[in-house]
Amino acid sequence: MTESVIRVVGLGKSYETAAGLFPALKGVNLDIQPGEFVAIMGPSGSGKSTFMNLLGCLDTPTMGDFFLAGKNVAHMDKDALAILRNRTLGFVFQGFNLLPRMTLQDNVALPLVYAGVDKEMRRARARELLGKVGLGQYAESLPSRISGGQQQRVAIARALVNAPRLILADEPTGNLDSHTSEEIMRLFGELNAEGITIVLVTHEQEIAAHAKRQVKFLDGEIVSDLATDSLPFMAQRAGIPLGKGRAGDGMGAIGADAETHPLAEATKQPTKPPGNGGQVSAYPSLPLVPGDAAPAGHKEGGVPC
Amino acid sequence: MLKAMLGEAWLAMGANRLRTALTMLGMVIGVGAVVIMMAIGQGAQYAVQQTISTMGSNLFIVLSGSFTASGVRSGSAGAPSLSVADGEAIAELDGVGNVAPTHQGTRQLVYGAQNWSSQVIGTTPSYLETRAWNIVNGAGFGDSDVRSATRVAVIGKTVAENLFGAEDPVGKTMRIQQNPFLVIGVLGSKGQNLDGRDQDDTVIIPLSTAQRKVFGTPFLGSVRMIMVQADSAEAMPKVMDSVTSLLRQRHRLRDGMPDDFFMRNLSAAAESEAETTRTMSILLGAIASISLLVGGIGIMNIMLVSVTERTREIGIRMAIGARQKDILSQFLLEAVMISFAGCLLGLLIGLGVALGINVFTGMVIVISGSAALIAFAVAAGVGIFFGWYPAQKAAQLDPIEALRYQ
Repeated sequence: MTESVIRVVGLGKSYETAAGLFPALKGVNLDIQPGEFVAIMGPSGSGKSTFMNLLGCLDTPTMGDFFLAGKNVAHMDKDALAILRNRTLGFVFQGFNLLPRMTLQDNVALPLVYAGVDKEMRRARARELLGKVGLGQYAESLPSRISGGQQQRVAIARALVNAPRLILADEPTGNLDSHTSEEIMRLFGELNAEGITIVLVTHEQEIAAHAKRQVKFLDGEIVSDLATDSLPFMAQRAGIPLGKGRAGDGMGAIGADAETHPLAEATKQPTKPPGNGGQVSAYPSLPLVPGDAAPAGHKEGGVPC
Repeated sequence: MLKAMLGEAWLAMGANRLRTALTMLGMVIGVGAVVIMMAIGQGAQYAVQQTISTMGSNLFIVLSGSFTASGVRSGSAGAPSLSVADGEAIAELDGVGNVAPTHQGTRQLVYGAQNWSSQVIGTTPSYLETRAWNIVNGAGFGDSDVRSATRVAVIGKTVAENLFGAEDPVGKTMRIQQNPFLVIGVLGSKGQNLDGRDQDDTVIIPLSTAQRKVFGTPFLGSVRMIMVQADSAEAMPKVMDSVTSLLRQRHRLRDGMPDDFFMRNLSAAAESEAETTRTMSILLGAIASISLLVGGIGIMNIMLVSVTERTREIGIRMAIGARQKDILSQFLLEAVMISFAGCLLGLLIGLGVALGINVFTGMVIVISGSAALIAFAVAAGVGIFFGWYPAQKAAQLDPIEALRYQ
């Protein structure tokens, strides 16, 4: 068996609040193998944002261990975490988070500055990746000159610039219309096909359906962990009633299903071998419900504090 | 890395030009004020030092005492209590350099159709040495001239100009008190002394000639004043003490009797003057430094605002792998760059204003390289000192909080 990209053992995080210690994450276990494409789902306050922050080495857990590419990062100091974020991970955010005063090329090259790469190399690498996401002609433009979908592509290029084995995406399509979302997800699909492990947080079933594995959070625990192709297609579709699924205020029918699912509490490995995207490729052709086009009220509250 | 960071700092400075310019203005005014004040202060010090050096260093004078006749007291040097022999005895003391007995007064000088009133000093050749005064034209008189009371004179520049005009005075004969004197030398210019008196308006003649032909004296060999030069400034108090005891002994004064002479320390007055200007220059510098401090606080203020404004940017940078020290150095570099740019501008403006003051008011201005260097070091220091706290604040931000910041 290959070394897990992510192995989480009893990982927990509690916050000090006025009402006492609040456990945002209650000791979860999860194993993600190289080449997987995992969607993390769950309602607001379910602990998924906390989990993503821990995976992204932005935060340190209060209990448990987190092995990133075999190294336990649970007790690393801030600088070591910064180096991991720089070399081992790529981040994609909901709000794109490009620096507005820098050209796209400089934005993409920024992680290389912190990695100490010289200027010519930075330029060449940034050009290469902008070309890869189809925006090579905008290298000298400022982020404000391009559309949201294009900005997200630039953000993905930036995440890829240090050739990480893992991309973490937090609601990467949250600010995009459905058509652009599909494009971005297709890009993630292509990257995954190249062997890059992708973990993304999303609200939307359509987006999660692009992943090969779906992990659901509720109240700081993993309540379901299933390979996407094991989910009955029709039940999945039926489980997203218009309006309810959009509001993000519940887990929908799937969540309800999952709670009664025999595998609900397990942190079971997906049954599908990594890299096989055959089933996944069927999903982008899913007919989209017109009401999906402009998702609103999406911002995750994250951890209550 | 550094180049990339410099570029970024430049971008950040350019992002809000007006704000950067205003922040820099604080430094410009601060550094400018320091440069101007230091130039003026050092100029004043230089001017005083020049004056002091024309007077001669480590000098004191011994004046003969006053006398009382029918209740009327003469001023100092009224009684003929000092003698040339006293001067010779003083010269034998340890720590004494030159000794020059003098007798001076104001007399009318006549040359051809011109006449001019000037200070006439009768003294010995060591007087010129004591005052560090050189002769630019002709020669001085010697000890033999003093012994034989020859009628020769060395004249100051002002006298030469007023009496002789364009003529060369050396070899000409002028009259003092009807007595013809041969001009044998012209003194170099010394300018004004601390009182503002023109030191060049002087005629120097042998002491014996002065006493016999010009001023007259009740007792031959008595002298009104003896100028004494100590070997060093440190030796001054000791030399003055030993001169006092020597003179009391020579004048046969018993314990309890008052001194029949006065002593005045000329250098002390000059040094206190120098001390005053030094204090003034330090004070000026200190006041100017306050504006530099205010400029530094301005930088700190703006950097704090900038850190708050760019919290999200800091979060993004951290998320993509910036370490704390990367963020710290980014903001520190920005502060130092603003500080340096302000300093450079302040230096140029300060120098311009200082030169302007010199040109338009004629005030003595001293611009030293060390002042400029100090200003630069201070600017860098101010940038680092006042940039440190905001930069530290930025580096300590929690990446998650920073990313969430709107």
